[in-house]
Amino acid sequence: MPDNSPDEEGLFRGTRRDFLKQSSVLSAIALTPAPIVKAAEDKWDEKIADALEKVTVNLEVNGVAHSVKVDPRVTLLDLLREHLDLTGSKKGCDRGQCGACTVHVNGVRINSCLSLAVTNEGKKITTIEGLADGDHLHPMQEAFIKHDGFQCGYCTSGQIMSAVALVKEGRTQSREQISEFMSGNICRCGAYSNIVKAIQEVKNSQV
Amino acid sequence: MNPFQYTRSFAAAGAIQSVLKEPHAHFLAGGTNLIDLMKMGVVLPERLVDINGLPLKSIEKTPTGLRIGALATNSAVADHPLVLEGYPLLSLAINAGASPQLRNMATVGGNMMQRTRCNYFFDTAMPCNKRTPGSGCGALTGYNRMHALFGASDQCIAVNPSDMNVAMVALDAVVYVKGPKGERKIKFADFHRLPGDHPEKDNTLERGELIMAVDLPAKAQAFNKHVHYLKVRDRSSFAFALVSAAAALNMDGTTITDARLAMGGVAHKPWRLQEAEAFLKGKTADEDTFKQAAAIAMQGAKAYKYNQFKLTLAPNAIVQALKTASA
Repeated sequence: MPDNSPDEEGLFRGTRRDFLKQSSVLSAIALTPAPIVKAAEDKWDEKIADALEKVTVNLEVNGVAHSVKVDPRVTLLDLLREHLDLTGSKKGCDRGQCGACTVHVNGVRINSCLSLAVTNEGKKITTIEGLADGDHLHPMQEAFIKHDGFQCGYCTSGQIMSAVALVKEGRTQSREQISEFMSGNICRCGAYSNIVKAIQEVKNSQV
Repeated sequence: MNPFQYTRSFAAAGAIQSVLKEPHAHFLAGGTNLIDLMKMGVVLPERLVDINGLPLKSIEKTPTGLRIGALATNSAVADHPLVLEGYPLLSLAINAGASPQLRNMATVGGNMMQRTRCNYFFDTAMPCNKRTPGSGCGALTGYNRMHALFGASDQCIAVNPSDMNVAMVALDAVVYVKGPKGERKIKFADFHRLPGDHPEKDNTLERGELIMAVDLPAKAQAFNKHVHYLKVRDRSSFAFALVSAAAALNMDGTTITDARLAMGGVAHKPWRLQEAEAFLKGKTADEDTFKQAAAIAMQGAKAYKYNQFKLTLAPNAIVQALKTASA
């Protein structure tokens, strides 16, 4: 079975399920159960299944190239948080409803919780960690601090990533337009009015 | 999430073959609905065929109108100059749906394929004929506030959640699909189906068929000046429609020379209102005319225990959409 390369169909073969089916058969016909028990104790099925199932994804995060082997079920959000230790992007609802996981992919804001990591092959990702220039915060980060655009802070990295994209999109013509095009980022503390002020300041400073 | 095989395809034929080889295979485009459903355990694919590498993102003029590639994102379509100029109703409807982040991910083909937001469909502890055929309909005698007024069956009273679909059906769009038996075109109005005895089938696609593009006819550009998409929902943005109304008028002074009218949130498919359209033709655009059109549109409506309010909300939404469009 090929390790991590697709076959002629483009298919990454070998699933945990197939392997477990095979190992069940092995278990059933085993004359002596001892090696099977030992294998189970050592979690060999898990280890082998992992090696068979993982897919390599190459992507650039905040300017740094990464090549990571992941289970195809891993979302971009989990890849960032669990594999690359970039925990600035937050997991709120994990269903695309709160926006705490917002990142930029090739310059466009998306919900990283609904994007499988493997579908981001060759993409350039920017997270909240990639906004500042060393110790110099991004103008949107400065504006959020100045206008108190947060309380508990959990939604803030998503809000800021969305706000940076919003300004680039030119959706800042009015308070109403800002609210409408920031609607994918929920703030349970209700810092909305200050978030809008922060966005307006950044927008006005650019004109 | 259930384990699945992951494959990338770069050509339609290969993607179709790959899906046909596995009984529980799905094409993966933007993933905004499918990945969510997989996390919830509502959909359990054994294989995902990633079609994002297929060359289906373009939006271009054709001799008969405009062709929108199935993988064009919702935001790319809504912001496209040719759409804004010729088919502004479509832009309005798309921007009324989801959030900017989701519209940046979601594709036209994926939007057409999105499943209902019926709570009983999402809750795997509940009966649902759409999720598990034969298990019953939890919504029929349950909390059916979001549910259908038209075309439902005793098997399913769920509604199609898309805003984009409402504009597409109003504009007489045509869906171009490719499958194991070749290519074919499906009128947008015939793409989605009513639940009948098979609510598990949202649409008329056959196994292995892939949406390639949606064609908008040049004729529909006659409706580019007087349009409105009114979406009524529980909060002012980023929520599914309780009721939505799409209105597009061709006017000569105050006379309506032709009309396109459709509703969302009221049926298992985007609900075109052709009888009301025929009534509006040649009439003067005023509130009385709009109220009569709305009354025609509501004929045959049937509400359930918790969505009675839609019987008032829906005609009001039609009147308001027509007023705004004609103003």
